[in-house]
Amino acid sequence: MAPTAVSNKLKATHRKQFQELQEAGEKGERERTMTLHRLFPLRLRQTIAQVRLLHGSGCGHQLEEVAMEPELRKETSVFRTQVNDPACQSERHLGQYYTLPTSHLHTIFPHGLPARYQQQVKTFNEGCVMVRQPALELISYLKAADYSKPAVRYLLYGLKGSGKTMSLCHTIHYCSTQGWLVLHIPDAHLWVKNCKELLPSSYHTSRFDQPIEASNWLRNFRTTNERFLSKIKLRQRYTWTKRESTEKGSPLGELVDMGVSRVKSSSDVVGAVLKELRLQAAETEESEGFRLAVAIDGVNSLWGRTTIKKEDKSPVAPEELTLIHNLRKMIDNNWCGGAVIATLSQTGSLYSPSSAYLPKELLGEEGFDSMDPFIPVPVSNYSEKEFESCYLYYLDRHWLQHPHSKTDEGKKEIIFLSNRNPSVLERLCAFL
Amino acid sequence: MEWTSSLIVPQDSIKSNWLIPAPPKVLSRQLCVSSALHRKNLAAAGPEKFSEEFIKKQVEEYNIGKRHLANIMGEDPETFTQQDIDRSIAYLFPSGLFDKRARPLMKVRPEFLPGQLKSVQWGADGRPFHFLFYTGKQSYYSLMHDTVAKVLAAEKQQVLLLSEGPVPQDTKPISLVGSRWLLKEELEELLVETISDHDYARFIQLMERLLSLPNCLSEKDFVQRYRKQLEIQSSKQQVAPLQYDENGVAYSTADGRRKTATCTVLLRDCGSGSISINGRDYLHYFPVLQDREQLMFPFHFLDMLGRFDGQCTVGGGGRSSQAGALRLAISRAMLSFLSEGQVESMRQAGLLTPDPRVKERKKPGQEGARRKFTWKKR
Repeated sequence: MAPTAVSNKLKATHRKQFQELQEAGEKGERERTMTLHRLFPLRLRQTIAQVRLLHGSGCGHQLEEVAMEPELRKETSVFRTQVNDPACQSERHLGQYYTLPTSHLHTIFPHGLPARYQQQVKTFNEGCVMVRQPALELISYLKAADYSKPAVRYLLYGLKGSGKTMSLCHTIHYCSTQGWLVLHIPDAHLWVKNCKELLPSSYHTSRFDQPIEASNWLRNFRTTNERFLSKIKLRQRYTWTKRESTEKGSPLGELVDMGVSRVKSSSDVVGAVLKELRLQAAETEESEGFRLAVAIDGVNSLWGRTTIKKEDKSPVAPEELTLIHNLRKMIDNNWCGGAVIATLSQTGSLYSPSSAYLPKELLGEEGFDSMDPFIPVPVSNYSEKEFESCYLYYLDRHWLQHPHSKTDEGKKEIIFLSNRNPSVLERLCAFL
Repeated sequence: MEWTSSLIVPQDSIKSNWLIPAPPKVLSRQLCVSSALHRKNLAAAGPEKFSEEFIKKQVEEYNIGKRHLANIMGEDPETFTQQDIDRSIAYLFPSGLFDKRARPLMKVRPEFLPGQLKSVQWGADGRPFHFLFYTGKQSYYSLMHDTVAKVLAAEKQQVLLLSEGPVPQDTKPISLVGSRWLLKEELEELLVETISDHDYARFIQLMERLLSLPNCLSEKDFVQRYRKQLEIQSSKQQVAPLQYDENGVAYSTADGRRKTATCTVLLRDCGSGSISINGRDYLHYFPVLQDREQLMFPFHFLDMLGRFDGQCTVGGGGRSSQAGALRLAISRAMLSFLSEGQVESMRQAGLLTPDPRVKERKKPGQEGARRKFTWKKR
């Protein structure tokens, strides 16, 4: 199995480093505890003195990060793991929470995380993601895939609230840490409904532009992929108006900035960006190529219906929207050097029954034919171990305040009322 | 205008055989009484009064007639019931009248059945039999009189015993568990006369006083006559026996109804705690927390949360009534797994009581069941 082989290798090479660091850490700790005893009164000492040696398995560079942390380290517990790099996580870490470093939170996920999760991050002052089986499976596929062949499409599907978006975010985190270029569309449903401004496209007469959504997305794209913006050069000359054009060979950053500032042509800029990335991802790593990850949440909106209406009150089909049209081109597997990871979502979708969650039902005939062949990855409710882990995490964060929720009977009640569904559990515990 | 005597006799006395003998004629002035007044005084006379003897004679005649009829019909006189009488009369006197009440019938007058009507309480000379007749409520006051006599007797005995010496009394008081005092309506039925609320309260007060005295054991029978035994409610509950399927897993089914929702539940003693409703998971069928709490109540009450596996079908009603119906059905299905004490506690918790509330009918002249149309002054 690829992931465990990789992690074993890393362990072997870094074991010596780890041992050295541990010894150094121990010595340092003894000195530190002496100073602690002198400076702080007894009660504070007790809290500070709950410092334990690191015993999580990990990669060398991971340990360096942690050793830099302040002295007040948290107790390592059953539900947490210190392995914060998705590449090093394996089945052993199933059900355990790993922390997203704050820097990554701001750069990789400016717009990607679900709203409730963002609130939780703000409340708990840390972003912890549970390592679950679907995400691990996806990461293993990504590790094992051959990138000289056409892009493989993965589809995460499951019941409402079972954790598809979070699994997608976990995978995106892995791709980012591996140095891929991530094209993350947080919710494709937002592009097919409630459009405030609809402009007829200048490029193609029958299509429509959505300047606001496009410029927002470009801004977030810029934040996510800063380092690629100067590296990638354009292969083609793009003319926007009679006076403005972007020359061949100029960096991608310039194009993106142009799209952010010139809101009117931002949808076309998005189209151009996608095309460039598609063409250039095919190159191998030696010649300054990169791997492209297209992550779309709510992919079933691309083939559904829209609530946007033209001026004569007739509905707009999704193909008539520039953004959707270009996105569909990205999903086609006629480009190499990357992967398409998509999630089905019934919550934001239009005109679909709430009991639908399977790909066939939500994608429709057209969507299924376009996505076919794809690798389906089912996401289910928490297993018993995962539920335990989540429950302990909430207890640890003092989120469960009600005294009865800490008892066994309270736990059984919570299990029954939420049926181990992640989002329902989160909403339930919010008022306990 | 008619010239009648001042003493008015009801007109119906002409119909019955022998009612009241005419009182000794008192010479009085002839009054001029018009027919209108005559009719009013008829109403003021009140219901008919019959003497004890008369009632007994009527009942005897009825019984004799019954035996004769049985002989006529060729049936056994001992086992000749009222139904047989009706049948025989309908056979012997066939009538084409449409109104059932106009057809010939042979029955004891309902007032003459024991405990329905007070027979005439005074003799031929007009003197009442009971010494408390002129109180108006003779049975009630005589009951009170007897009870007070007993109270006084008990107090006297207590004083005597105390004067003999402070001997510790080990008389146990009369046990009142499992019975209640007769209600006012029941007491009225027993005494065959109407009493007021105040009278009833005084009676209960007096009985309580009697019971508070230590030597009241001798009056046990007297007191029990005025108390009604309560039967244990849960003994009415029918608990179906447990069934076992092929794999040896115990299961039971039950139905439930609330408003217009009906449901059936099949509970299995598996140990998984998963419930499916109409083929879907209960989390998706009831997205609202309140409904899931209703489902949880029976399990949580008996601490059997993760034990059962449920398969339910539900239809009709709205989401809340479906949840209520399911709760009732689950409680009923669980009965076969429980002990007597648990069944009783479930009943007291209200899990086994079907909710009788249904939508109230809309009335004409009103906008809804209770809401009236907007009142306009003009």
